This record gives sequence, C-alpha cells and structure tokens, in this order.
Amino acid sequence: MRVKAFVAGVEKGKIDAFKNIQETVKDIKKINKEYHYFNEISDWLALAQVKQKKKGKLSGVAVSVKDAICVKGVESKAGSAILNTYKPLFNATVVEKVINEGGLIIGKTSQDAFGFGSFNVNVGNKMDIPLNPFDKKRACGGSSGGCAGITQKIGKAHVSLAESTGGSIVAPASFCDVVGICPTYGLVSRYGLIDYANSLDKIGTMGKTVEDAALLLEVIAGHDKKDSTSVKSKKVVYSTFVKKKVKGMKIGVLKLGKGVDKQVVHAVQEGIKKLEKEGVSIKEVSLPYTEKYGVSAYYLLALCEASTNLARYCGLRYGESGKLGGHFNEYFSKVRSAHLGKEAKRRIILGTFARMAGHRDAFYLKAAQVRTKIIEEYKKVFTEIDAIVCPAMPVLPLKIKDIDKLSPLQNYMMDILTVGPNLAGLPHMTVPVMKMKGLPIGMMLIGDHFNEDKIIQLGSWIE
Amino acid sequence: MKVDEKLVKQVAEIARLELSDKEVKEFLPELKEVLEAFSALSKADTKGVAPSFHPIEMKNVMREDKEEECLSQKEALSLAQHKKDGYFQGPKVVE
Repeated sequence: MRVKAFVAGVEKGKIDAFKNIQETVKDIKKINKEYHYFNEISDWLALAQVKQKKKGKLSGVAVSVKDAICVKGVESKAGSAILNTYKPLFNATVVEKVINEGGLIIGKTSQDAFGFGSFNVNVGNKMDIPLNPFDKKRACGGSSGGCAGITQKIGKAHVSLAESTGGSIVAPASFCDVVGICPTYGLVSRYGLIDYANSLDKIGTMGKTVEDAALLLEVIAGHDKKDSTSVKSKKVVYSTFVKKKVKGMKIGVLKLGKGVDKQVVHAVQEGIKKLEKEGVSIKEVSLPYTEKYGVSAYYLLALCEASTNLARYCGLRYGESGKLGGHFNEYFSKVRSAHLGKEAKRRIILGTFARMAGHRDAFYLKAAQVRTKIIEEYKKVFTEIDAIVCPAMPVLPLKIKDIDKLSPLQNYMMDILTVGPNLAGLPHMTVPVMKMKGLPIGMMLIGDHFNEDKIIQLGSWIE
Repeated sequence: MKVDEKLVKQVAEIARLELSDKEVKEFLPELKEVLEAFSALSKADTKGVAPSFHPIEMKNVMREDKEEECLSQKEALSLAQHKKDGYFQGPKVVE
C-alpha cells in the first residue's frame, strides 16, 4: 500500500495501526524465513512505538533500517560478526526523525559486512545471504540488499532506510525492482551511522514507489549539529515533485562503454522514451575521465578511509572480545582476525597499504586529485542538462554461484556506473523500468548537487 | 613495487590482522591484480589539481567549549565485556 494513502487512513481512523503492525510483523517473519532480509527483527520496538500513537508523515508505517544505522537497544552490527551483541545506547539522527514522524522500526536489514560488496553476498559469519525476490538463486544486490528485498516483498505500507558509499542503494534497488534514492553528500545526517568511508557515506531511502522513497527523504533530510559534515540546506518537500510536469527539462543520456548487458541498455532506452513522450529533450553525454579512472579512485579512497575506520574494532569497548592476555597488539589482532570477514580483511590490507609511507602520494593523494577532476567533469555536464540517465548496474541480477567465481577486481568493476555519482557526492536514484525474462532492470538518474527534486520529478514519470 | 607474501604479512601486522598462511596465499594474487589495476591512476593528468577530501565544500565547525550532556560512565561501560573499578579493562600495554 502507498504510504501517503496508508497514513491518511490511519489518521482518519479507517486503518487500525496496531492491528496493521501486528500483521506486518507476521508477514516479515514469514518472508524472512525464506529470503533472509533481516539480521534482527525488532517487533517488540514497533509494537511499543505504535502504542504511543505518534502522529506525523509516517504514522503507523513500518520502517526497516539497514544494519549499519544505529537503533537504540536493537543489535546493530553493520552486517559484521565483530559487532555481535552491540546494542547502541542512542538512535541515529535519521532513526530519531522517523520515530518523531510516527514511523515504526521493525528491524535491521541484511547487508554486506560494513557495506563491503555490491551483491550482499559478503555477509558476516553465521549470517544468511538475502535472496533475490524474483529468483532465489540470484543475489539481491548490495550492499543494502535486505532493504531492497523486503521493500519488494512486503505488501504492507513500508519504507526503508538504506545507505550508499559507492552504489549500495541504487544497485540493490535495481536488482529488486524498487525505488532507491541516494541524496547529495551532506543532505542527510550521518550521526549514528557505522562508518565505511566518511567522505563517501550517505544515508538514503527505498520505497515501492518514487513517492514513498521521496516522502522518507523529506523526513530525514536537514542539517544536524551532531554531524559536522551535514549541510545547511533549504527545506524541500520532495514528495510534492512526484508527477510534476517535466516538459522542457533536459536529460543527458550517458554514452556507455562496452560490457553493459544489451538487455539492460534496451530497458533504459525504453525508460528514456517515456520521458521523451512527456516533452523531455535528450542529448548524449559522455564522462570519459570518470569512466577511465572512477573505479580506481573510488576504491582507493574508500579503502583508505575504511582501513582507518575499522581500526576501532579491537575487542575492548563493545562487540566481540577475547580472553585478556598477552601483549595488547596480540590481543587486538586475535579478536580482529577471528571476527572480521574475508572481504573486510582484504579491504583493510589494501587501504593500509595505500596509506603507507611511500605509497600515500601515489595512491591516496592521487585518487583525491582525480576526484576533483571527476567532480569538475560532472559539474560541466550539469551546466547543460537537468539529469544524467544510465543503468545502475551493467548486468541483470547475477546468480549467487556465479558471483562466487568473480575475482575481487571483477567484483569492484561491477560498480563502474555507480562510483561516479558517489565520488562526486551527487544525488542519484534508480527507478524500475522493465523486466527481462522475469528479472528487473532499474534506470538511474543522477542530478546536480542538491537537485533531488529534479530527479524525483523525472523519475516519477518512468515508474 | 614488489608485492609478495612478506609485504602482505607486513601490511597485515600494521593493520593488526593475523593472517593464516592460507589467507596470505589466497590474498596475494588478488591484491596484486587489484593494485596493478589501480596503478592506472598514475597516468591520470592531475598536475596542479587540488585534492578533494570531500565531494562538496566543507567548513570547519566549532562550538563553545561548554560542558554538554553525554553518556554516563555506567552507560559507556555497559557494552564492554572486560571492565574493572569503573574502567575498561584491556590487555597489558607496559611490560
């Protein structure tokens, strides 16, 4: 059910929010048994919240939360076993805002540990891989795979708080046929987010429709003094841009390199036709510098930042610990080695290497310079158009067993279309465009900084 | 740059990770492949370009140096496995 209609029903007394959340919890538990979208279901919290009858934009709406976003008293482990037993003592700002608008927190969703993955197969020790809602042999996409899977599968009014570092919202939304919005860097507070890479992390939203996802974005956007990187932006009621006339707007269709599946290209062309029909003008754009250097620059910066962020997991203050003894370095190494997953170790080693004396300038600093040029390349394109259009993922949802065969580099290359807007901190969203052989394809729209309204407006004509 | 088992072990030690021989053997070719691919950046022309450590302009944020509410000592310690006399308890630092 659409969120706005549901909330109106609750406020008019036509829908019993208590009964609805009870049914929602039941549905979620049933879906979770089969598809593994949740690391933790917080039915007790949702049921306690509904009794408070808080009124707002999300009155009685079930809200799932990516595991990396802290919810007070609910195990929040960013998908990693090293944070087993970690129950935050505070809510992330976005969670607080959702609760203040009457949203009900139903649980923490599956993700690649710390966001380290594009398919949600890099889950923590003893956690299950979430399965694609259209084919259980295939992946949900990652890293916010649980958010996307449950958003697709649940029939009840529901939205999800997701997070992206290099494409972790649009990739799974595309694979699961839902709408995902990743805002401009700094539009939404990161306070209470378990960091992957601070200069890249953004909390965003998912919903079944553009309106649902836009509504959640308007709830969570805004400056927060608890996050020094959050920006003082003007308040925008994003959901009112849905189905606003787009005649006269201009989009740039990204010239795609080799390696993008033909079916995906075809689907996006169909989406573009819909916009053309509404009077949007089209031109081809290319981003050669971003295409050439984006993946390398993104991974170097992300891994350098990740390797420092993950230093805090040493078995002392929270999460997994070990038997005290030996030298402190030995103790830290033992705890970390036992509970961090393979991909986390790989990324820590790469990031540590790239920051070491002698390599720092060639890798880290160089990547940050390349980032400047990538931002400039996008900025130039946006002087002529309102949004860039391209697929989110170069492939249809992959089979889990085929992902296992990919090398780490092949895995990283799958982010070729999403790293650009993430490096440049640009708002981007994916909207379901069509299915091929029963598998969904999402179309990505990228806007200039703080132009979420424009991509929402355009995207609403595609669904 | 020579990426070999010795280097992988050295970097792991700096990052406080103990890798098994099996992990080192598995990681080595993967890391080589990734680093070689990333080295392509050296060809990018960045002469005189300032680095971007954030995607948008950031300003330093200051606040008054005043006491504010924060977690109590009891709360801060509540998630730790090892604690003693109101402190976190850790492994030996000084021999």
